[in-house]
Formats: sequence, structure tokens, C-alpha cells
Amino acid sequence: MIILSQQLVLGFMIGGLYGLAAVGLSLIFGVLKVLNVAHGELIMLGGYGAYWLFALLGFDPFASLLLVVPLSLLLGLGLYCALFGFVVRTDEETRIKNSLLIGFGLALALHALAVKLWTADERGITTSYAGSVLIVGHLAIPLVRLASLAVAFALIAALHLLLTRWRWGRAIRATADDWQAALLTGIDVRRAYLLAFALGTGLAGAAGTLVSVGYSISPSIGLEWTLKALIVVVLAGLGSMFGTFVGGLFLGLAEAASAAVFGGPYREVVGLVIIFAVLVARPQGLFGAR
Amino acid sequence: MHAERRWAAVILLAFAGLALVPLAAPRDDTLNLLFLILLSVTLAQSWNIIAGYAGQVNLGHAAFFGLGALVTRTLWIGGTPVLVAMAAGAGAAVAFALAIGAAAFRLRGAYFAIGTLALGEILRITTGNVLAEISTLPAAAIAGYRLTLRYYLALVLAALAVAVVAALATSRLGLGITALREDEDAAEASGVNALRLKLTALVTSTTLAGLAGGLFAYYHISYYPQHPFSPHWTFDALLVTYIGGVGTLHGPVLGAVFYVFLKEYLATRWVDLHLLIFGALFIGGGLLLPGGLVEAGGRLRRLLRSTLRR
Repeated sequence: MIILSQQLVLGFMIGGLYGLAAVGLSLIFGVLKVLNVAHGELIMLGGYGAYWLFALLGFDPFASLLLVVPLSLLLGLGLYCALFGFVVRTDEETRIKNSLLIGFGLALALHALAVKLWTADERGITTSYAGSVLIVGHLAIPLVRLASLAVAFALIAALHLLLTRWRWGRAIRATADDWQAALLTGIDVRRAYLLAFALGTGLAGAAGTLVSVGYSISPSIGLEWTLKALIVVVLAGLGSMFGTFVGGLFLGLAEAASAAVFGGPYREVVGLVIIFAVLVARPQGLFGAR
Repeated sequence: MHAERRWAAVILLAFAGLALVPLAAPRDDTLNLLFLILLSVTLAQSWNIIAGYAGQVNLGHAAFFGLGALVTRTLWIGGTPVLVAMAAGAGAAVAFALAIGAAAFRLRGAYFAIGTLALGEILRITTGNVLAEISTLPAAAIAGYRLTLRYYLALVLAALAVAVVAALATSRLGLGITALREDEDAAEASGVNALRLKLTALVTSTTLAGLAGGLFAYYHISYYPQHPFSPHWTFDALLVTYIGGVGTLHGPVLGAVFYVFLKEYLATRWVDLHLLIFGALFIGGGLLLPGGLVEAGGRLRRLLRSTLRR
């Protein structure tokens, strides 16, 4: 029983990161209707950014968020202007096709680049407080991961505020709902696309930083994280940022429970089976509104 | 319509020419390269049927390739003649397609893509867990290994794939399937049974994918059983098809030639940078030639005409 609850606690904490990874993807997918299959590679880049700041300059990884997130935002702006901005000009069918082609190309290129820059070894950030745990009853809670969960939640709350309070945030939501209607009301849809893409990339950078602190990164983690994020996006449905976060927590818990029941190797399978079942039963996702 | 027949004739004629290659006693690496191109043609055409003609972007295609490989390999090493084993492999792929088809086709657009990606990964991880050991041919089979045999099998399969796509593209069935791609609701309203046609397209597509998997199992001396389930096979098929021209008969063939040549060339020329260049090329292709290589000729002509006029 203790082992199971310990597993669930750890699953809950990685679930927060699944949620954060998925929120960025969900924003891009929901607004641009573009499936960015290189999202996991953007997470990986964010992780290496934090790793470099830590290894070369001695920055605390949580503090380096202040640098990694803006840099990721800039990267997002660049990627949109150079690549994805051309994709959204096409109709919806061509859009999926071209975003897959460009996404895979980007994923390959970023993966190769990361191997070149940082070698294929697994890396992680080991801070002086890395080993600290909080003991609650019989459970041990790693402080770093707990802090990561809190940061993930804070970032999603901030995104929620941005999307509901900020003028451009509302424009992004309007564009996601119906871009033609948004265009008719005078919203600069292209700029809403640009902002949504940059925000999504910024969140990927933040997720990568948190992954490199509590867990580990390597150039090949991209596909795995893209998959996790996709699973959560589908599980939660589009439209609700908190719903996506809850979807991430749910996936983390489900994986932990299945690891405890069926053994470690099957933890991923269970998540995938859940997603397929949810998709078929509720094609709009658990929290999706349609 | 007629364009498709003409292309089929051209491609099959080229394949007939390829049948003469082993007579010239080429080096093994030439034959291997041609083999990879032909396998790529088969796999890409099989994906082209479901994604190009039926418009269902199936990201779990590797599952069918993998199942074909798994069943063929197991039966063939167990003593079954390879062609029978390959048929059984294709049967397994079709059985899986029918088992998941009705559920998967409830999903549309990007959701179908994500759902099928999840299915493919379920099979990959499970296979990796159950069969973690590398699969190697018995010594007797390695001693009797003949590449030419594999080459001819690949040639026949690729020709079959091209013929199937050509037949589909010019048939009434194909018309119904492409109508679904253009507008599913409108197609249903005019009497097309969407689910039945989508399942037909999926079964045709997965039969070829299963056979291609069987060929892979017959070709490779040793590999991890998980390997043919890797999403990279799906991505390969997708990239080849998109680069060449999705929903056309000659597109995936052009794409396969271009893709395999380029991959092999870059891998030997720039060992550690080749994926970077490769990735950059796809991005460039997606931006500059959204319709694939099949459009390159037309674009070039238009470009020339506009420069000449100036």
C-alpha cells in the first residue's frame, strides 16, 4: 500500500510536467490547427538551455526559467516567422500535411543538432538541494519535483490569466474558436497565431527546464514527450488550460498505478490504451467543449 | 484517370528494366540500395492509399508493417515457406486493421492521426516488452542467404503495390474513396458508405504494409522484434509520400528514389550532420514544394516562363 501511494505521489508530480508540456502543444494545435510534432524537441532544447546555464554559468535551474522562457519565446517567434507562418496560410488539409512534413524535418534537425552540441549522453541538473525530501507519514516527496509541480501549476495559471485578461489573449481565444469570425471583428488573426505559437514554445522551454531538474534529458527524448503531450491534449480536449493540466496529472497517476499493477515496462502502454479508449468514447476529450 | 494508367505503364516498364539488373552481376551494395528503394516504394504506396487517396492520415502505419514482420519472421524461422509466412503476416495486419478500424474511424482529421499514433506505440512497446531479445536467423539460413532472391521479391511487391494503387485510382471504388477525402459529409449524402469504403482502403493499405513487413523480416539477418514497429517506418512512408506527391501514383515512387538515394548519400558523405541536412531539406520541401516533387516540373516551367517574359 505504501509502495502504491509512493508511486502515485511520484506519478502526480511527473503528471504536472505532462500537463505543462501538453498546454503548449494544445495552445498551438487549438489556435493554429497545426500539429507541431517537434514540440518534444522544443522541450528538449529548453532542457539543454537550462543545463548549459547551470553547467557553464552556475545558474540555479529555477532561476534560469527567467532566461529560458523568454529565449524560448524568441525561438518560437523565429520558428513561426521562418516556417509555420507559411503553413497557416494554406487550407486545413494541406496545413496538417505540411505541418507534419515541417515538424518531422525540424525534429530531425534539432535532434541532430543536440547530439552535435551536447552528445547523446543523458544529462540532468544536480543542484546542491537535489536530494532533499519532504517526509509526510510514510511518504517521501522529493522537494525538487514538488517545486517543479508548483512552478508548472503557476505557469498554467499565468497562461490562463493571459488568455482571459489580456487583450491579445482574448484575441487568441477568439481565433481558436472561429478565425473567420475573429477576422471579421477586426482581430489581426496572423498576430494571434504568432503569439499563440510563441507562447506554446515558451511553455515548452519551461517544461524542458523542469524536466532537466527533476528528471533527465537526452537528444532523443523529443518523440517521447511529443507523444505524452499529444496524449494529454487528446485526453483533455481543446479549450481549457486547467483541463489540460488535470489531464496531465491524470496521465501521471494512471501510469504510476499501472506501473504498480502491471510492472514498470507497461506504464506507457496503459496511458496509450486510455487515450485510445477516451478518443473513441468521447472524440472531443474529457474536458473538451463541443 | 488516363494519366494514372500512363504512369503505371511507365513505372512497371522501369521495374521490368530493374529485373535485368541482377544479370549484370552487380555489387551487393547496388542491389541493397535498389532493394531499399523498392521496399520504400511498397511501404509508401501502402500509406498513400489510406492517407493520399482516402485522406486519413494514419500515423500508426508502422503497426501493420511490424505485425507483418513479426508473424512472417516467426513462421518462416519455424519452417513455413516464406511466401506462406508473408501471406500470414499480411493476414495478421489486416486482422488488426479490422479490429481497430471501426473504432479508429470515429475519429477525424488530426484526432485520427493521434489515435493511430497511440495504437502503433501500444504495439511497439508491448512487442519490446514481450520479445526483448534480438531475432537472428539460424546459421543454416545465413549460409544459404541469397540477396538476389530478396531483390526479386521486393521488385514483385513494389510492382504489386503500384498496380494496386493504379487499379484503385482508376476504379469506381477509388472514386468513392477520393470523394470521402474531399468532403465526407457530401460523399455520404450522395450515397457513399463512408465506413465501408474507409475500411476497404485500410484493408488494402495494410495488406501491402503487412507484405512489406514480411519482406523486411525475410531480408534482415538480425534485428530487434520491436524495430519494425518503430514510428520511424511511419514517418519514412509519410515523408516519401509527401516529398513525392501525396495522392498520386508516381509521387511515392519518385519520393522513394529521391529519399533513399539522398539518405544513403548524405549518411556516407556527412556522417554526423546528415540528419540535420535531411531535416532541413524536408522543411525546405514543405515550404517550397507543398505538392511534392510531382509538382516540381510544373513549377519550374512556370518560373522559367515568367523569367523569360521579363
